[in-house]
Amino acid sequence: MNGAATLTSKRDGERLVLTAEGAWTAIHAHELEPLVEAQARSSQPVRAVDIDVAGVKRLDTFGAWLIERLARGWNARGIETRVVGLPDDYRGLIQEIHGVNLKPPPSRPRENALIEGLERIGRTLANMGRVTMLILQMIGAVTTAAARSIMHPARFRLTSLVAHIDRVGWNGVPIILLITFLIGAILAQQGIFHFRKFGADIYVVDMIGILVLRELGVLIVCIMVAGRSGSAYTAELGSMKMREEVDALRTMGFDPVEVLILPRILALVVSVPMLTFLGSMAALYGGGLVCWLYGGIDPNVFLSRLREAISMETFAVGMIKAPIMALIIGIVAAVEGMEVRGSAESLGAHTTASVVISIFLVIVLDGLFAIFFASIGM
Amino acid sequence: MAKDTKEVVIRVRDLAVGFGDKLVLDHLDLEVYRGEILGLVGGSGSGKSVLMRTIIGLLPKRSGKIDIFGVDVDTMSEEDLLMMERRWGILFQHGALFSSLTVRQNIQFPIREFLDVSEQLQDEMAAAKLEMVGLSADVQEKFPSELSGGMIKRVALARALALDPEVVFLDEPTSGLDPIGAGDFDELIKTLQRTLGLTVFMVTHDLDSLHTVCDRIAVLADGKMILAGPMSAMLASEHPWLKAYFRGKRARMAAG
Repeated sequence: MNGAATLTSKRDGERLVLTAEGAWTAIHAHELEPLVEAQARSSQPVRAVDIDVAGVKRLDTFGAWLIERLARGWNARGIETRVVGLPDDYRGLIQEIHGVNLKPPPSRPRENALIEGLERIGRTLANMGRVTMLILQMIGAVTTAAARSIMHPARFRLTSLVAHIDRVGWNGVPIILLITFLIGAILAQQGIFHFRKFGADIYVVDMIGILVLRELGVLIVCIMVAGRSGSAYTAELGSMKMREEVDALRTMGFDPVEVLILPRILALVVSVPMLTFLGSMAALYGGGLVCWLYGGIDPNVFLSRLREAISMETFAVGMIKAPIMALIIGIVAAVEGMEVRGSAESLGAHTTASVVISIFLVIVLDGLFAIFFASIGM
Repeated sequence: MAKDTKEVVIRVRDLAVGFGDKLVLDHLDLEVYRGEILGLVGGSGSGKSVLMRTIIGLLPKRSGKIDIFGVDVDTMSEEDLLMMERRWGILFQHGALFSSLTVRQNIQFPIREFLDVSEQLQDEMAAAKLEMVGLSADVQEKFPSELSGGMIKRVALARALALDPEVVFLDEPTSGLDPIGAGDFDELIKTLQRTLGLTVFMVTHDLDSLHTVCDRIAVLADGKMILAGPMSAMLASEHPWLKAYFRGKRARMAAG
């Protein structure tokens, strides 16, 4: 546009004349900057410098700043610099730019890498401690809110609870059924493939039955729910926090825990056991189907073998865990949601943290349950 | 007519925009001339923001023609559109600063993306733009969530001006500012318009802004442009809505 931008120099005795021409604008800044730098660095023995800008067709803040930078560079070395031939249109701009960036830019301190690394470790540890405290605090707040709701049942938000059960429970059914069905089928296929070498095909049924009902059913469902609903809770609460909706509730005399968090957590506590049941059944169905089609185990044989392999206790162990896992997922989602601060990045970071922490806690808790049930002989 | 000789930067002809079966802009015409500050007024929900968003290409139009810098936007290639988008800056109503970037990074974002200039020049330009909008360099490393409403607007203006656009669109620049802050902001817009030769398209409700900075005012009602002209034309009009708007109680206080 308007031709290239140029800067040429001419020596005139002890006076250096720099002639700026063309369009000194943003789009030409990348060409102009090296020219200006070259002139600023050149160490010609001159007393005075004239920057002739009469040939400048267009000027914007980028061009004006580059001219200003050139002039300041010479001035700093004690060489008198003038800007000449300035068209009236651009006088205001040059004056405006003349007044900026007078102070040196605030230095951005760079710490050394070791200290920074140590600081990160420290911060992470401190943050882990803080999140633990927040989780305990949230358990307390939710318990109080639940107790209040029991004392004043009219205050309980039934509509909200039902809506959330619909979202996390009912709407989650298809995907949970599909995934658990596939897991059951894969488990059966792998089991048959390896057990066949020992002629122990039939024990695949025991393995599927126990594994699915005791551990996998609830684990898969909880991981799915943490990813599907826990993250949604964190994002919802977080964006409400960002738009001050949570503060608005508080000022109207509502407890955000009672209005927003309790119905969500209760919805999880109600839905996850149901999903676990459905998921376990789907996994058994998938396993049975593969046993029949791939392993040649007749469905009747599968069912009678399953009846021998598992007991009510096997089923109970899985189901007892479900609501507790749900509670953990809900609490973590709520804690992370309420921790969201102003930025979009923060929302993303806390949603990630919500899913990661709840899956981690679900697995740790599952391990603790395994020890517990083993020691009480279940 | 003197203004007919002026260069038209934005020409809107017969523009219709609607949502569902509701027509928000009903075959509307508008011109914006180079170097002027045009204030767009109208009742809440009259489609001011819709008009602005349609001109900058965020909303689809049903029919009509929009020429920007003399070129029909419908006939522009992707590349031309991109080039044109560098020639305007937009200040959104709530700033729309990128919340995960610092103030400095926000202002540098368009510079970094569109211009191939050194890190040093980027830093200097960011600091210069900040100073031009009346903020000190101390806020550079802050995040938008740490700024007050007025500062957010100023930073957003600095970002809108980052590439030295020819036209800036301002969506309610003074809303949410205290009267002193709003007055300063008006003064700032006027100064920038003078020094940078900007064309300003401003959606506003602020009667003081209309009085002090706008060269021309365009009034939107019932999806049409009912009047466009200087303040004197607004005050002289006998249109009931204009009378209520410019000669109501609040207006008298603003003028008096």
